[in-house]
Amino acid sequence: MTDAAQDTFDPSLIRVPEIGSAPIGSAAEICLTELWESAPGWRGWLSTVDHKTIGMRYLVTAFIFLLMGGVEALIMRLQLARPDQTLLTPEQYSQLFTMHGITMIFLYSLPILSGFSNYLWPLMLGSRDMAFPRLNALSYWIFLFAGIFLYASFPLGEAPNAGWFNYVPFAGLEYNTGPNIDVYALGMVLLGISTTVGAINFIVTLFRMRAPGMSIGRVPILVWGTLTAAVANVFAVPSVSLAFFLLWLDRQMGTHFFDVLNGGKPLLWQHLFWMFGHPWVYAIVLPAMGIVSDALPTFCRRPLVGYSAVALSTMATMLLGFGVWIHHMFATGLPALAMSFFGATSLVISIPSGVAVFAWIATIWLGRPVFNTPFLFFAGFVILFVIGGLSGVMTAAVPLDLQLNETYFIVAHLHYVLLGINVFPVVGGIYYWFPKFFGRMMNETLGKWSFWVMFIGFNLGFFPMHVAGLLGMPRRIYTYAPHMGWSTVNMVTSVGSFVFAAGILIFMVNMLVSLKRGVPATSNPWDAPTLEWAMPSPPPVYNFAVIPFIASRHPLWEDRLDEGAGRSSLDQGYLLMDGREMIGTTPLDAIPDVILKMPEDSYTPFFLGLFSALGFVGLLLHWQDFTVLMVLACSLSLMVWMWPRKALVQRVPDIKYDKGVAHG
Amino acid sequence: MNSSKSGFSYGIAGNYAALAAVPVPAMAENEVAPLNYFLHSYGPASMPTMHLGWVFVAILVVIFIIISLLLIWAVLHKHFAEDPRSMGREDQGMLWIYIGTGISTCILFAMAIYMLVTLNKVAKPTRAPALTMTVTGYDWWWKVEYEDNDPSRRFVTANEIHIPVGQPVLVKLKSADVIHAFWVPMLAGKTQMIPGLTNQQWIEADVEGVYLGQCTQYCGVQHAHMGLEVVAQKEDEFRIWQDAQSKAAATATDVNTGQKIFLDQCAGCHAIRGTEAVGAHAPDLTHLKSRRLIAGGLLTNTPDHLVQWITHAQELKPGARMPSMVLTAAEISALSAFLSTLN
Amino acid sequence: MAETMQLNQPLPVGSEGRRSGGWWGVLVLIATEVSLFAYLLFTYFYLASQTEQHWPPEGLPILFMPGVNTLILLTSSVCVWACERCIQRSLMGWSITWMALAHILGICFVAIQLSEWSKKTYDMTSNLYGSLYFTITGFHMLHVIVGLVILMALLLWIALGYFDHRRYAAVTIGGLYWHFVDVVWLFVFTTFYLLPYLY
Repeated sequence: MTDAAQDTFDPSLIRVPEIGSAPIGSAAEICLTELWESAPGWRGWLSTVDHKTIGMRYLVTAFIFLLMGGVEALIMRLQLARPDQTLLTPEQYSQLFTMHGITMIFLYSLPILSGFSNYLWPLMLGSRDMAFPRLNALSYWIFLFAGIFLYASFPLGEAPNAGWFNYVPFAGLEYNTGPNIDVYALGMVLLGISTTVGAINFIVTLFRMRAPGMSIGRVPILVWGTLTAAVANVFAVPSVSLAFFLLWLDRQMGTHFFDVLNGGKPLLWQHLFWMFGHPWVYAIVLPAMGIVSDALPTFCRRPLVGYSAVALSTMATMLLGFGVWIHHMFATGLPALAMSFFGATSLVISIPSGVAVFAWIATIWLGRPVFNTPFLFFAGFVILFVIGGLSGVMTAAVPLDLQLNETYFIVAHLHYVLLGINVFPVVGGIYYWFPKFFGRMMNETLGKWSFWVMFIGFNLGFFPMHVAGLLGMPRRIYTYAPHMGWSTVNMVTSVGSFVFAAGILIFMVNMLVSLKRGVPATSNPWDAPTLEWAMPSPPPVYNFAVIPFIASRHPLWEDRLDEGAGRSSLDQGYLLMDGREMIGTTPLDAIPDVILKMPEDSYTPFFLGLFSALGFVGLLLHWQDFTVLMVLACSLSLMVWMWPRKALVQRVPDIKYDKGVAHG
Repeated sequence: MNSSKSGFSYGIAGNYAALAAVPVPAMAENEVAPLNYFLHSYGPASMPTMHLGWVFVAILVVIFIIISLLLIWAVLHKHFAEDPRSMGREDQGMLWIYIGTGISTCILFAMAIYMLVTLNKVAKPTRAPALTMTVTGYDWWWKVEYEDNDPSRRFVTANEIHIPVGQPVLVKLKSADVIHAFWVPMLAGKTQMIPGLTNQQWIEADVEGVYLGQCTQYCGVQHAHMGLEVVAQKEDEFRIWQDAQSKAAATATDVNTGQKIFLDQCAGCHAIRGTEAVGAHAPDLTHLKSRRLIAGGLLTNTPDHLVQWITHAQELKPGARMPSMVLTAAEISALSAFLSTLN
Repeated sequence: MAETMQLNQPLPVGSEGRRSGGWWGVLVLIATEVSLFAYLLFTYFYLASQTEQHWPPEGLPILFMPGVNTLILLTSSVCVWACERCIQRSLMGWSITWMALAHILGICFVAIQLSEWSKKTYDMTSNLYGSLYFTITGFHMLHVIVGLVILMALLLWIALGYFDHRRYAAVTIGGLYWHFVDVVWLFVFTTFYLLPYLY
């Protein structure tokens, strides 16, 4: 801005940020704590915008959804353990597998990664919060309400029942008259809002909220993974939200998008769904791969091999991921030429994944591995990742996919991908960052037990599913006859799934025990290289007492690595304590270019989330007046939210200037 | 009413050995898993895929073993370090990525070519199809219409397809309600049956036998019980079957009690050619007795099963469109006597 | 490098134009909205390419009023731009005028579009084309209404004297959204009004 130079005399509009240090207990540090702390009690609970609180809420909520989805899976495994079981009715089974899919894919996989990223991004990037702290809170509240919304009809026996990909016309009004599908459709549109605002927040945070010197080539791989996922979500989520909205219009307003009798096309649904669905698959694994790329090197005592290659492969995967949605639709009767193209692309997509695998193995090979629990989870993850990737190669081969598609082989593949590439890194990640989150170490003995029980249970449970698929077992059947030859594999799978569940149980016991009795953690118990370990455990409310200056990719290993001339400055940095403040930096080089005013805690995100969720309830129940009222309430909340504030210097301060001087 | 458990205890289509109506030479070993396409594919529409599967599995298992060994070796080999606090140099190890990715890319390239060649082989038959039929998916059964230039030789049947061995057969696929998928894995890959669209799939059996098929797109509560059978026969046997099927029911003029009950209670949905029963919502029963299975593949076609199916359909296949009929003992025996005449 | 970086330069404080978070945020929001409209138009073209129905059902659309309406919407975009320029030059009176004009033009657009809707012989339930036409133009209408609320708020804030030549990020951000709403209309307009003339 050219005008900036002319306003040097107004410190509320332009100033030189003070550089200094603020050790724990100093007056500056106490002042910072007061500035950033939330109000005590329920007021702070509802109004907080602290990314650490929100991140933890994401983690806990998503983990609860994981447990709910897991229990649903176990009930299904009881039904399938033996042929001709009658534990569940076919309708109960449909609702269970649909809710299992919705829960795991939409309410667990991405939200848990958002939890990690919300908590860790500012700590890793050297920031005091996300770019839009209030938006962050909104994203969480809507996620929570959408989850409750999607589950609300389950106790009434009216849960979504057409599978998580919900093909029309089975999901249309003619074949599915109850509220089941409306709940799914509206719930997904609501959840889409949460995902989108979350994604916007991550993208802008990456562009603006990094410590000086944290240039784009120095951010941790988790940041690359989440950024890639967020960019993908920005472009992909509208597709599924639109698909569900059109379905809802078809069902409730009498439109004809999917109505065969009036020229609608069932395949339109499949296109819209999978154009979203495939990028989404990468959105829920790339950040988890980022967790491994960042945490594994800590236990190998050396930096990740091929940082740039891994970062680039992350983005390449996503880019290709937008061009392979047809491989979910090979059986729909498309021309062979189109299938060849999409099949070949789907094979190519395994190349960037290969880059990551070789980078991890090389890191272990060249390092000096320390066999702590997190290392076990990450090394185990590499094995599962390879199996999931290789079975993915089989399903990308078009003729083979025409056999494998919609059989248990696909179920096996997707569980290796989603559990192997998401759950294992997530659990490993919790072991890794638990000391940072809570200031206590997790128990190593229980940790190793939990890994081995989970790893063995997982392979015992899911590997036989490949065999079931090759033996021709279709997915989504509620029972099977004894003469089909699937009895043994199913029994083994059921046993394995319970062993796996036992592993999760040990992990949970470990968490509870360690929360109470864990060994107190130092600020950097693993001797890790990244910035989040530079602060006390758990982190203070303001994250960084001074905004550090970063000179390398591994700020805490600089004395042992030769990464260039500079040394990061962690104790001396920008003080920024004139209200809640943070430095804004340029997108690529992270050169400071603005002092950002961060918002105070606010109730508006909670109420905006609540009103929008209630608006969707109104739509579901056809309460028109109520819905209109809620839309007005939402607009009002937004208006309050957006009202330009002096405290944030969003509008002109009170001091009046002589126009002539100001204008030069 | 007894619990549904007892309902299930009577004869779910089991014991394939009991199905002696058609010789099953090729199927003997498949009693273990009648849909096991990975080891037992028959015919040019599925054999190339089976071979592709074997080669891919072999390559991938080898790759998996190599990578696992590398990983295990990486973890377990002795790691030297003079200074325990020292860290390796960041720029080391790129060779791993170059070599690993380079080799994988070459292998993938070869696999992609093999895949495309196979796709080309199974996409279309080399000869013109000897026979064309339309299969329409219904909740939860299959309507089969045989085409012929001679209208008198066109006929409709359900859930059981007969084909002449060694000849390509074109199957046009439609759906009457929701999306289903036609899959007879030992003969070909699956193809969705999409309402408003006619898809195609060709099959060819080069060995005589009975090949099981199954719907593979979730289509509602009884998706699990939507099976069909493809019976591949010698040309002459197939012709005999075809001739028999194209005739109207032999009982057409013989009005008896059983037929009356059928016309009153069943004809709204079921058709029997040659009678006034012309319902179109359920399987055509003109030659019911000739079929090996009933209830969408759930039960073997014995008189007992038939009676159980008529009276307890909702216990055997909850949610099916077939109601559990409430009939007196006398009505049941009359109806069953009538049905037994539908050869 | 921390050493080579100038760390003791004076920096602007708070939301300043392109350096404000909101400017970046609205750009990403527009990216996701653009995809939404892309998927909507994909839906249109996918269904139109396979339809056996008379398309559009009423024959070729009459271009006059929709054409005028398009110009009205584009003009309002120019007004918002002019308003921003005036704020930059501290011409507050003019900026209020331009913003009010933009708002009035936006309302005209809505009114004309509503009358276009009422002239149709079908509604969204009559046939597939109707479903597409009313859903897609309806989506756009919704965006226009949201945009008008934003313009209204901006007008109010300008009138309350919240902004001057140094602080007007809200106007830039709200203006970007309005430009998006106008540009995307060109695609909707082309799809429903111009393309039918080409086939």
